[in-house]
Amino acid sequence: MSKDIRLRKGADLNLVGKAEKKINVKSKSDLFAIQPDDFFSLTPKLIVKEGEEVSKGSPVFYDKNNISINFVSPVSGILRSVNRVAKRKIESIVIERQGDREIIHDIPKELNRGNIIELLTNSGCWPFIRQRPYNIIADPNDTPKSILISCFTSAPLDVDFDFILENNKEDFQSGINIIQKLTNNNVVLTVSDKPTSFFKNIKNVDIIKVSGPHPSANPSVQIQKLFPINVGEKVWVIRPEDIVNIGLFFKTGVYQAQRTIALAGSSLKTPQYFKTKIGSQIEPLIKIAGLKSKSQTRYINGDVLTGSITTNDGFIGFYNNLLSVIPEGNKYRMFGWLPFMDNSILSLSRTSLSWLFSNKGYEIDTNLNGEERAIVVTGEMEKVFPMDIYPMQLLKVCMTGDIEKMEAFGIYEVVPEDFGLIDYANTSKIEAQEIISDAIKLMIKEAG
Amino acid sequence: MNFLRKKLDEIKRPFSKGEKWEKFAPAINAFDTFLFVPNHTTQKGSHIRDGVDLKRTMVTVIIALLPALFYGIYNTGFQYLKQLGTDFTFMDAFIHGSMKIIPMIIVSYVVGLTIEFAFAIYRGHEVNEGYLVTGMLVPMIMPVDIPLWMVAVSVAFAVIIAKEAFGGTGMNILNPALTARAFAFFAYPTYMSGNKVWVSEAGMIDGVSGETILGSLAAGQKINYSMLEMFSGSIPGSIAETSTLWILAGAFILIATGVGSWRIMAGGVLGASIMGLLFNFWGANPLMSFNWMNHLVVGGFAFGIVFMATDPVSAAQTQKGKWIYGVLVGVFCIMIRVFNPAYPEGVMLAILLMNVFAPTIDHYVYNSNVIKRKKRWESALIKTA
Repeated sequence: MSKDIRLRKGADLNLVGKAEKKINVKSKSDLFAIQPDDFFSLTPKLIVKEGEEVSKGSPVFYDKNNISINFVSPVSGILRSVNRVAKRKIESIVIERQGDREIIHDIPKELNRGNIIELLTNSGCWPFIRQRPYNIIADPNDTPKSILISCFTSAPLDVDFDFILENNKEDFQSGINIIQKLTNNNVVLTVSDKPTSFFKNIKNVDIIKVSGPHPSANPSVQIQKLFPINVGEKVWVIRPEDIVNIGLFFKTGVYQAQRTIALAGSSLKTPQYFKTKIGSQIEPLIKIAGLKSKSQTRYINGDVLTGSITTNDGFIGFYNNLLSVIPEGNKYRMFGWLPFMDNSILSLSRTSLSWLFSNKGYEIDTNLNGEERAIVVTGEMEKVFPMDIYPMQLLKVCMTGDIEKMEAFGIYEVVPEDFGLIDYANTSKIEAQEIISDAIKLMIKEAG
Repeated sequence: MNFLRKKLDEIKRPFSKGEKWEKFAPAINAFDTFLFVPNHTTQKGSHIRDGVDLKRTMVTVIIALLPALFYGIYNTGFQYLKQLGTDFTFMDAFIHGSMKIIPMIIVSYVVGLTIEFAFAIYRGHEVNEGYLVTGMLVPMIMPVDIPLWMVAVSVAFAVIIAKEAFGGTGMNILNPALTARAFAFFAYPTYMSGNKVWVSEAGMIDGVSGETILGSLAAGQKINYSMLEMFSGSIPGSIAETSTLWILAGAFILIATGVGSWRIMAGGVLGASIMGLLFNFWGANPLMSFNWMNHLVVGGFAFGIVFMATDPVSAAQTQKGKWIYGVLVGVFCIMIRVFNPAYPEGVMLAILLMNVFAPTIDHYVYNSNVIKRKKRWESALIKTA
């Protein structure tokens, strides 16, 4: 199984503000948070109370629907606050770093599937593993048909894993060796067609080359080309840096929450990489990278197409290696709807001349550039959607909530992030990711 | 600009949430968003959005319509002055045409937009831009002497029955502009067909025939126009459909901007050519032996296939479906022309017919994807069993 994947559909958005390739290790955060919303469709059950001490790796809450899965503290400290929103839903659990306590697990010499799963779920490493369909945390009782690790990125401003994990090559390999024991089939690494990549020398895996524009790095797209998901099947996906975290855990016996994060976007003076931990506060990093102006700014955990909104005093998410910082766009444009007006605004449509400036890169803000309308224009969604699915039809059946049709049109094979470009490109400003996310929630509720 | 913006915000205040005129907000917003792209920012989903919106798309279609419209205005005057037999200049013709057509455009927009605004306020959604194109198309496909009240009634029928009854822009099954024409065609046949309606005030002048080419053919008469005349459009007909040349200019704009589907246009030309060739081969009557290339340039075929069949809402929505839909529009257009002399203009009925069948075409395209997926599931089950 070493066929390469070549994609033609999609679009690379060339934005300004890519992170400079130097890693800042000096940043110091004192506050860390775990945010249950990072985990799709999870109901947390708190174990620790406000004011209690926690160690690095000690459980903070568990999943109500799967009590064996622990979510642990990334650092040693004190639980400062549990912030809640409407209906007492937990927004974030904030921990202040203090002391040097850590929980050490005994790593047995003989590792098999059984004790690996036990170690991963107890130690807090298990949430690194997510399953398709639905992009929820994997069920430890399942045996996946395959495990896929997408080792490159294609989203706007996204990071370079080769660069991030330069010094963790051995840990990555040992993580792979552990993960490999969880599945009957081989583990698949997908790499870009870039000539030098250390991922190409990783052993005990299948290596697949993928070329093409965004969303070529999305696991859903690759899974559909390699081993499409059928009813009842599971494929697990893990992000490359989390493989390193798993490798480090089995080396040290201590939960590792290493996170190399790129701060990127046109609002920053010096976009750059930071070595920090999962859940660390954003503010100290922003201070170092510097904001260009005092005007309103959007902080996004993840890339500009699929990330979630956070604030200056917010925290880094569980899964993202990118924090995008772009200006807010709450301003009016006179006659901006005329064709060939405001060509500095990036557009995939030929009703704008913006494509003439594609080499320079675009400065982009959060303006909706119009208002929501009924779907009128056809064919534009298909252009940026490289899967064997009719995206507009799938969206329509998702809106009607017809589960049988959703299955038939391919809901098992997609996750909201695959519709990021559709959100971006569609003329009617349809919220495609929200529609898919609601549909998946319905599927989990009704079909399990 | 800032001054204007402040003034607008002031005017809009009584329309904002919780205020006295809240219900009428869609109406005032429609004017506001015409001047300014609003300051709305993304709240969920993707944080950045393309510069394109429905207003820009629809305005692109209107720009594409302008060459044909200007030529139509000129040709209206040209046909009228030609039959008088006196000398005239380009401007004379253009002014005469403008006097006839601009009132029709105004009536179409006023009536249609009033209904659209009323529905937007009633339903509490923003005014959709779809009518900007429909309102322009309706006068362009009417005979020049149709009374204005008939334009108004046709527009009202099309907007209420063909569009709003189905849920508004984006939900309609039939193309609203063609529905307006079909309504007028069947409700007021004496104003919509025959040999006296195609040239302005032809009925006043005895002995002058303002017959369309297809009408003459259906009546078994000889054609006195060269192919170049048919192509350039200096022939009698509905206002803006006569000039294939200027319609092609519009087609170029639609295809270059990606707003109109080239697949539908190409499919239509292909279907009509094949059907025309077949009939040429058969050649049982003058309509059948009418050169297939001439079929492409006379009548409303070019206008219909470029501007009406490509309406994304009522056309097929899948790539394969667009090809099938386009070819069938072409095939049925020529078939209706040839087989049914009572309706010499087949393209209107061909497109309306295919509008009805477009969802069926798409259904089969989608279904092939569904069947493929289900087969994969079954073979996976067999493997694991």
